[in-house]
Amino acid sequence: MATAARKSGDVVLKLENISLAFGGVKALSDISFDVREYEVRAIIGPNGAGKSSLLNVINGVYHPQQGTIMFRGKQRRDMDTHEAAAQGIARTFQNIALFRGMTVLDNIMTGRNLRMNATFIEQAIWVGRARREELENRRKVEEVIDFLEIQHIRKTPVGRLPYGLQKRVELARALAAEPSLLLLDEPMAGMNVEEKQDMCRFVLDVNEQYGTTIVLIEHDMGVVMDISDRVVVLDYGKKIGDGTPDNIRNNQTVIDAYLGVAH
Amino acid sequence: MEERLDTFPRLMLHHARVRPNDPATREKDLGIWQTWTWSQVAGEVRALACGLAAQGFRRGMHLAIIGDNRPRLYWAMIAADALGGIPVPMYQDAPAAEFVYVLNDAAIVYAIAEDQEQVDKLLEAKPQVPTLAHIYYDDPRGLRNYDTVTSYETLAKIGREFDAAHPGFFDEEVAKGRPDDVSIMLYTSGTTGKPKGVCQTHAAFIAAAKGGCEFDHLTADDSILSYLPMAWVGDHLFSYAQWLYAGFTINCPESGDTVMTDLREIGPTYYFAPPRIFENLLTQVMIRMEDASVIKRWLFRYFTDVARRCGADILDGKTVALADRLQYWLGNLLVYGPLRNVLGMSRIRIAYTAGAAIGPDLFRFYRSIGVNLKQLYGSTETCAYVCLQPNGDVKFDTVGVPAPGAEVKIAKNGEVLVRGPMLLKEYYKRPDATAESIDAEGYFHTGDAGIFDAAGHLKIIDRAKDVGKLGTGAIFAPNYIENKLKFFPHIKEAVVFGDQRDKVCAFINIDMGSSGNWAERRGLPYSGYTDLAAKPDIYALIRECVEKVNAELATESGLADSQIHRFLILHKELDPDDDELTRTRKVRRGFVAEKYRVLIDALYGGKTVEHIETLVRFEDGRSGMVAADLQIADAKTFPAHAKQAA
Repeated sequence: MATAARKSGDVVLKLENISLAFGGVKALSDISFDVREYEVRAIIGPNGAGKSSLLNVINGVYHPQQGTIMFRGKQRRDMDTHEAAAQGIARTFQNIALFRGMTVLDNIMTGRNLRMNATFIEQAIWVGRARREELENRRKVEEVIDFLEIQHIRKTPVGRLPYGLQKRVELARALAAEPSLLLLDEPMAGMNVEEKQDMCRFVLDVNEQYGTTIVLIEHDMGVVMDISDRVVVLDYGKKIGDGTPDNIRNNQTVIDAYLGVAH
Repeated sequence: MEERLDTFPRLMLHHARVRPNDPATREKDLGIWQTWTWSQVAGEVRALACGLAAQGFRRGMHLAIIGDNRPRLYWAMIAADALGGIPVPMYQDAPAAEFVYVLNDAAIVYAIAEDQEQVDKLLEAKPQVPTLAHIYYDDPRGLRNYDTVTSYETLAKIGREFDAAHPGFFDEEVAKGRPDDVSIMLYTSGTTGKPKGVCQTHAAFIAAAKGGCEFDHLTADDSILSYLPMAWVGDHLFSYAQWLYAGFTINCPESGDTVMTDLREIGPTYYFAPPRIFENLLTQVMIRMEDASVIKRWLFRYFTDVARRCGADILDGKTVALADRLQYWLGNLLVYGPLRNVLGMSRIRIAYTAGAAIGPDLFRFYRSIGVNLKQLYGSTETCAYVCLQPNGDVKFDTVGVPAPGAEVKIAKNGEVLVRGPMLLKEYYKRPDATAESIDAEGYFHTGDAGIFDAAGHLKIIDRAKDVGKLGTGAIFAPNYIENKLKFFPHIKEAVVFGDQRDKVCAFINIDMGSSGNWAERRGLPYSGYTDLAAKPDIYALIRECVEKVNAELATESGLADSQIHRFLILHKELDPDDDELTRTRKVRRGFVAEKYRVLIDALYGGKTVEHIETLVRFEDGRSGMVAADLQIADAKTFPAHAKQAA
């Protein structure tokens, strides 16, 4: 009954020579790295290093001026947000982006949006395909609720929840889309030790249970070193390190970037 | 041939025959209540028992059961009983280190756990438990890569194959069962020393279940929410013994956090909760009422006054003036009915509380709004079945009359003695303890001090061993005083000292929910428990409570000397993880006195402030230090004066 331990597969996402500038500000310069299937890939770096910009390039919010993105074997200049979602990329945001007045359940249901094919009319009169889809989607959402252990807040408006739980609801919404690639932008920021531990466990469980590939940005080095398979390090928009956690821990350039160095 | 309904597996098979399509078990899963009928439960138990047998489980073996209330864990209990084995439920929130003792004591080879969390604890304990060989689990989440444990589904599949190959096996095993076989082993919480395994037979628990069901007219139509620890005797009586005796429905909540929502959805007819749950519910109601509109607040206040005046009498069927009756009727329409509905108590016929003393105001409140809340008295050794309060004859300060079949008498030293069919067979592997607790006449020594009132109701004062003497020679019953303190919503826990001393002093734990809310309403900022507990305003608030207790004690004969002279508010909450409380949240008096000796010395030494550093263990197993300078406050005491007969 035991299955094989988690193994990284083929490369599913490959960024080559990505450069992104906002006017004169170079956010990313000449970044290349890849993500393998089933792995947990961390992106770290000091504030303003370009971590979030990189995630935004991956799911098409930003369009880089240079470089190519290869996703699932298809080479392209840039991604498009709709295409990214349709291709199975889901994400969470650094600043929580939920509908605060809606319940947890409804928020997570929005994650199923792309899986609904029924027309507006069908949904309005609740027949045939609309009804079937709604039940199916609700079941899937309940599985996610069960998975993330948020049954007790199912009917609570998101705005009334503490920060740590809102983060979890955001993860739930991303999971409801059944992504193959999950982008997490600082999933543990602002959490206490216990909440961080819970979140780590959920991230690893998602990776293990659903075989989801995960790219995450995180500041907490302990967390990164514990849960990721490989780490990319950015500093001032440049890649200064790439490798296994052990590898990165002993990388002098990375140590200098983090601890500061006398110039 | 007459059907013998003298073991739990036979009772289950009986229900599967008589009411195959009635609901036996419900569980909320993926947001929807799932139902299993009696015939389905019988099928699951059969598969599970055969699976265990195929894996080598034999008569007399123990099956450890660890997890929240899950249908499959209850079925596993019946399956173990069907094979002549003994289920050993364990407290699911205990850390792995505490598992080790029980697992070794019961020589556990087979264990069934709810989920990854419990499996991890078992695996952590395993190196120290050489016998533990088979671990099964219910919820597969996160367990994909564990190759030394087996899923419930796999076990049931093995069982169905075994059953197909040996079709008569299950029925033969059930037929072998005898009523005087041990049906369950429950570990006592261990207020003193190591936990002891209490061995109870089918006959004992069936006698207790039968007595209780007949006393309260429980039938197959009743319904109960099963949410208290499975290792606790109360849950075993209500959710297992009475369930299988009466054939009603048990409902398992979705998770520990959803109990209140689930309670509202199910609307049980029969309910059990320890006093603190009733208290939490009321606190929540009060907090929400304070946020309600003026009209609603007025209505609530007006009609709770009406209810306080006549509600309990109406529930007891006593004569009440017509005007009051009309007002109560209106109040029921506008306030009590909706309130019961919000609390999930609309359909409740019988509600019980036990385990600790319940505050008179709290108790009266529930009865006054029409919830038939009653108290019972019992212990693990007596199947939680010694005294019950009869319908219509409920006094808040007693635990009722001896239950049918129970003989109760008071020993010379004030200790309550019990005899009857529900007594334990023995403490597991502890003949010394068994001999100590059951005397030559067959009476079990409960360890509680009590008295019978004129109407034959038993009143429990304290633990017999805790009752001491003050320096003045007066009797000192610490629990009695502590309970009076704990009846105030702002006080969560209290420990009083006074044995062999000239006066009584107290440690107080404030209630974060209630005091925190009180502070917020006054715009009093605080950062956490330690900070809030040190606020002068909170000290003033608690002093008021202490002085009210003193005023009450001054009126009670023989207790005037027990008034609290000095007190302090502890800088941390007493916690089972720090061994200060038992898992059932009873204070470990000796341990606390030893740990905080410096504070006791300060209380009696007349100091007004004392520095203390304490090691605390966090929920994730790490530990840290908490330091604080504690204020010590004096409280006003009153001259003794006997209360005039009302």
